[in-house]
Amino acid sequence: MTLGFYPGCSLKGSSREYAESVLAVAGAFDIFLEEISDWNCCGATAAHNINRELSVALPARILSLAEKQGFEEIVVPCAACFSRLTVTKHELSADPSLRERICEINKMDYKGSVRILNIIQMLDKYVTPSLESRVTKPFDHKVACYYGCYLVRPHEILKFDREEDPQSMDDLMLKIGATPIDWAFKTECCGAGLSVSRTRSVGRLSGKIISDAVDRGAEAMVVVCPMCHSNLDMRRDAINTFLGEKIGIPVLYVTQAIGLAVGIDRKALALQRHFVKVTI
Amino acid sequence: MSKIGVFVCHCGENISATVDCAKVAETAAKYEGVTFSVDYKYMCSDPGQSIIKNAIKEKGLTGVVVGSCSPRMHEPTFRKACAEAGLNPYMCEMANLREHCSWVHEKAESTTEKAIDLVRVLVEKVKYNQSLDAIKVPVTKTALVIGGGIAGIQTSLDIANAGHKVILIEKDPSIGGHMSQLSETFPTLDCSQCILTPRMVEVAQHPNITLYTYAELESLEGFIGNFKVKIRRKSKSIDEKLCTGCGMCTIKCPNKKIPSEFNEGLGKRTAIYVPFPQAVPNKPVIDRINCTYYTKGKCRICEKVCPTQAIRFDQEDQIVEAEIGAIVVATGFAVKQPDFFPEYGYGKYADVITGLQFERLASASGPTLGEIRRPSDGKIPEKIVFLSCAGSRDEAKGIPYCSKICCMYIAKHAMLYQHKVHGGKSYVFYMDIRAGGKMYEEFVRRAIEDDGVNYIRGRVSRIYEKNGKLIVKGADTLLNAMPVEIEADMVVLATAGIANEGAEELAQKLHVSYDSYHFFAEAHPKLKPVETNTAGIFLAGACQAPRDIPESVAMASGAAVKVAGLFSQDELTREPLIAFVNRQAPPVYSSCVGCFLCVSACPYQAIEKEEIKNRNGEVLKTVARVNPGLCQGCGTCVAFCRTKSIDIQGYTHEQVYSEVMALLND
Repeated sequence: MTLGFYPGCSLKGSSREYAESVLAVAGAFDIFLEEISDWNCCGATAAHNINRELSVALPARILSLAEKQGFEEIVVPCAACFSRLTVTKHELSADPSLRERICEINKMDYKGSVRILNIIQMLDKYVTPSLESRVTKPFDHKVACYYGCYLVRPHEILKFDREEDPQSMDDLMLKIGATPIDWAFKTECCGAGLSVSRTRSVGRLSGKIISDAVDRGAEAMVVVCPMCHSNLDMRRDAINTFLGEKIGIPVLYVTQAIGLAVGIDRKALALQRHFVKVTI
Repeated sequence: MSKIGVFVCHCGENISATVDCAKVAETAAKYEGVTFSVDYKYMCSDPGQSIIKNAIKEKGLTGVVVGSCSPRMHEPTFRKACAEAGLNPYMCEMANLREHCSWVHEKAESTTEKAIDLVRVLVEKVKYNQSLDAIKVPVTKTALVIGGGIAGIQTSLDIANAGHKVILIEKDPSIGGHMSQLSETFPTLDCSQCILTPRMVEVAQHPNITLYTYAELESLEGFIGNFKVKIRRKSKSIDEKLCTGCGMCTIKCPNKKIPSEFNEGLGKRTAIYVPFPQAVPNKPVIDRINCTYYTKGKCRICEKVCPTQAIRFDQEDQIVEAEIGAIVVATGFAVKQPDFFPEYGYGKYADVITGLQFERLASASGPTLGEIRRPSDGKIPEKIVFLSCAGSRDEAKGIPYCSKICCMYIAKHAMLYQHKVHGGKSYVFYMDIRAGGKMYEEFVRRAIEDDGVNYIRGRVSRIYEKNGKLIVKGADTLLNAMPVEIEADMVVLATAGIANEGAEELAQKLHVSYDSYHFFAEAHPKLKPVETNTAGIFLAGACQAPRDIPESVAMASGAAVKVAGLFSQDELTREPLIAFVNRQAPPVYSSCVGCFLCVSACPYQAIEKEEIKNRNGEVLKTVARVNPGLCQGCGTCVAFCRTKSIDIQGYTHEQVYSEVMALLND
């Protein structure tokens, strides 16, 4: 089976390991992810802060390309890209005049026919049915599933999971033999883009997230968003400074945890690329 | 041959300023069948009415057309004047020259022409008017009150004290409703049970009140003054006549771990139980869902210990039928329950509770005997946080409205906490403090100023547990949205007041309307707050919208007065402007062919099937028949009837066509 694949910028750079693990897991389950040809930036936070038309035109171009290239479904692993693409689809279907204007800007047709899947939706649809039978090394650890803000909000548009207390990743973890903990910071802010400009704030915000997870006995954190990952992993020094102690809990992408459980090679899952060493 | 009188009113200058009234009268005088036509400054005044009465007597008028204001204003006046002069009141028609003409047009030739047209069509109509008699229906002077909370209790007592019979039904084993669960009441802090229980007893003992607890409305038929109801008395599994309420069964019942509804799950009860010590009636029921005998087939300990052999395991539900003249719906409200606030951890953390649960903790009859102790470990909380608007005023949660009672009960809760836990700290997160009511604002100020409750204006984003404390994360919007974190021992959520489960179903049974939140709809938000759109059915208390006790009681007394007013008459008169199915001489009997499209079209279930029989009782034909008590004269059936067999009295096909033809022939 072939699905369209929109990696976005992070999966080509700072979170290569996410892309590698997504492709490795997909491959193991006979799903072929074909990159959308000639894709562009989703606009991220920058575009919708500056210019609304630009913030819609950029994701619309990606969706138009996917339509043109014949994809019915595309997988968007980055939570921020998923949010931008889904919000754009929602706005274009609600406002025909905006749609007309965007088609004019992009000089491309837009039908709105492509289904957008985030990583959990993709896993649920194509991996979960055979997941339990494929587990060879149960991921027998206590894990803190951290959803972040983009995956579940705004609920009115994304219509995915429970916005204040999401469960979908927890359910997936149960299936690979992990024990998801009940904790309070599933959707709290990690500091996001302040990663670059105010690392101390990230240390404080992400620090609270990590410390609650650790206090409740988590052995690993599981994430789906490159931004969350870089704050919890790459900014661990700032976090440790804030907490006044050295915390070694590793941060895994959901696909890395699944990959380990179904016996994919650690290297293929790119576990060595993390800043905080993955020892489990 | 018609002799019609036309009476054109100036309405001071209201009509005459833009309409040439004299010209209208002069023109009308020339119409065929008009024998008298006049204009006058105030037709509704005494001399004006005399003009009409004298003309009827002297000219022998057979029909009257008054060109004046809206019939909504003065139709009764002019019909009465006609009747006094010996003319059937339904031979009088009104042309609305004011609201439909002079008030909405400039002074012009065409305005007068329109007024002439309005008079002309009614002159033609009135030629086909027929004498009609008002419909009289008898009144059954028994009221049904649904719901035994404070509203139902008050309305039952008021109706019963006015000398009428009342049947009060309550779905729970005891009357008392939410008020019986409350500790103290705002703004006076008098004990809720102390003021309520005497009334509960009064209800039980009142000679005019029949009380059915553990009972629900099964079905309703009929119309104002003449309802027929079926009441399902759910099986209590005891013989109430034999039971003395000694309580032996509840002491010996081995199944003691069922969460008590009365204590909002904070206490336990047995499977055979009386909901609370002051319950009325003070006799137990068996909860068959939890009883070991019903679930596993053995036990029957209560039967063995009962000194009067009152236990009846095989008792079945009983259907009671009753004839009722009026109904008061007082079914109250519910509070939003767990899983609604994952961000607040309600249902996950034992010490995050609802306002109603706090009432039970603060109540002397509650699980802690009135001491504020947290549910998890029974410790007295040193820091307590109250959250207002938990769900209310939150469109994202689907409840945009204000639940109204929370601001006041939170102030009361915080006050009670401060009175009971000296040295304790209490915080209230609020959006606005809505304390409109007699002595309400003063009460809130007392909480803040005298009892030192900390009010923080802002919302709470999340509550989570850490090291045995509940961390409440919020913002103080009066301090530039500064983040606030409070390490609390207990959190109380002022959960939204919502419509009762099953309210929609009950509304459909009663044929009354309800709003998008499933609260019952009043007939008019200002002027008919206790009436529904269905004649003879009234509302009291929080089933209509969130209400506090004083409002519920006021509404209940209001509804009682409406019922008593209705019962002050032996017969009800209704306008005869209703549908009828034509009847003809044999062998046709009626042009109705019995397709009964009208039955499905009628919104009031007013059309029934009637068999026309000969002397030997053989059915000759089945035709439609309109029940004059139910028909509201909407005319939907007329439009549906394929054979033009149904007509509306006062608006027959003939009358309406004559009006149209009058305009076309002009």
